[in-house]
Amino acid sequence: MITESDIEHIAELADIGILKDEVPEFTTQFNAILDYFEVLDTVQGEGAPAAGITNVFRDDEPRPCLSQEETLANAGSTEDGFIKAPRVM
Amino acid sequence: MAGTLEFSPDDRYNAFITTCSTAPFSDGTLAGIAVAVKDNISTAGIETTCGSKILESYVPPYDAYVVGLLRKAGAAIVGKTNMDEFGMGTTTETSAFGPTKNPADPSRVPGGSSGGSAAAVAADLVPMALGTDTGGSIRCPAAFCGIVGLKPTYGRVSRYGLIAYANSLEQIGPMARTVEDASRLMSVIAKYDPRDSTMLDRPYDHRPSADIAGLRIGIPEEYFGEGVDPRVAETVRNAIAVLEGLGAETVTVSIPGMRHALAAYYVICTSEASSNLARFDGVRYGPAVDTRKTWHEAYQDLREEKFGTEVRRRVMLGTFALSAGYAGRYYAKAQVARRNIMQDFERALRDADIIAGPTMPTVAFRLGEKTDPLSMYLSDILTVPANLAGIPAISVPCGRIDGLPVGLQLMGRQFEDERVVDAAYAYEQEVRA
Repeated sequence: MITESDIEHIAELADIGILKDEVPEFTTQFNAILDYFEVLDTVQGEGAPAAGITNVFRDDEPRPCLSQEETLANAGSTEDGFIKAPRVM
Repeated sequence: MAGTLEFSPDDRYNAFITTCSTAPFSDGTLAGIAVAVKDNISTAGIETTCGSKILESYVPPYDAYVVGLLRKAGAAIVGKTNMDEFGMGTTTETSAFGPTKNPADPSRVPGGSSGGSAAAVAADLVPMALGTDTGGSIRCPAAFCGIVGLKPTYGRVSRYGLIAYANSLEQIGPMARTVEDASRLMSVIAKYDPRDSTMLDRPYDHRPSADIAGLRIGIPEEYFGEGVDPRVAETVRNAIAVLEGLGAETVTVSIPGMRHALAAYYVICTSEASSNLARFDGVRYGPAVDTRKTWHEAYQDLREEKFGTEVRRRVMLGTFALSAGYAGRYYAKAQVARRNIMQDFERALRDADIIAGPTMPTVAFRLGEKTDPLSMYLSDILTVPANLAGIPAISVPCGRIDGLPVGLQLMGRQFEDERVVDAAYAYEQEVRA
């Protein structure tokens, strides 16, 4: 059973933003969906064995890529050729 | 032959988010043919929104690999089609740009999430279009609008430049009014691209053949059971009888893992989405984030405002399914269920060459009919298994109920897309004759 404070916590973890008046409906819908997911408790069997899987590597050589101008073209805020992000502290 | 195609469609069904009034084209197998592209596939210089406000005014600086192949084949890219936001929906109603209407009955949904592509094709605005299919998003709207749609084998079409929703499930594929056109478009887009690390070098270059004598068609009882409208089941059984009339034989098969398919699908797709959609933060693209606020506050405010409710619900579900203490119960179990379903199909496809059933359990819903998320999810039950198993699946129109189209779904072995295309072609040619 998921509570309204669980929903607020999950929204916080996901950086998704949730309005106070959305919380009750999200909670009800989550619980209905998670009830349905309970069928997974009856799944039998093992996960895929890791054997036979190999990593595929390539040399780290420079290849053509977007120009700085193209890279910044869609950014909302830039400064001196850099992308501007919200403050961390 | 090279030039420009003038394109100013009467878009009464809201099939397009963006149209290109003049579309250049060049020489090639698709020279001068108008092709519409779903709006989650990157097109250099043409706005690409994924049906979301969080990408409004985003203009990709590069083409998806398939778009480059279309251009090389001479196609005129005439617009970007409407879709459920980030592909998250079964009706195209979650688009931030308003719902698309079904040309077969404008009071009905076109299906989703590639509803714009399906409606554009069904309304004769373009002969062919690209869609994407994560859990049925090509086949569902193809069935609801009465056109052909192919979800290719996973790994056969490059996902480079496809804005990711659930990487392990999704494929780009062709939609058209005829099987032949769908196959033509598939022949253009299914070419090896080393930039998609999940691709295999198994190009598709095929002209459909209607000779299906001796083809063994598996009929899984799970595709005709509870939740499937009996009229849909009957229509599809009649279509299978047509294939028998052409020399195919039927065998009963079983996919017992179907009972876990929908839950496994929704756990996996929301988990992958919660990671993939973290990139939409208003920093590198999309409407600018307020850089004066703190990190979390700025992102939360922007994402609450710009993402629709269904997207936020799925990102939260995925975050929960992957969170400490729950990942074993949900994500790990879903992966085991997925493996079981793959093995079910492998077993069934030893006794049969292809598997047939309905594409959707019902005909198209009325606009606004499905308001509860779980009941919407349940309508994907017949399409998600092919994505979990990575197998090819095609939907071909097989009749109507009260004027609304029904789709016959044909699934095959991995990398045997040609075989499902041939069976669909044989059916189509027979009923058209």
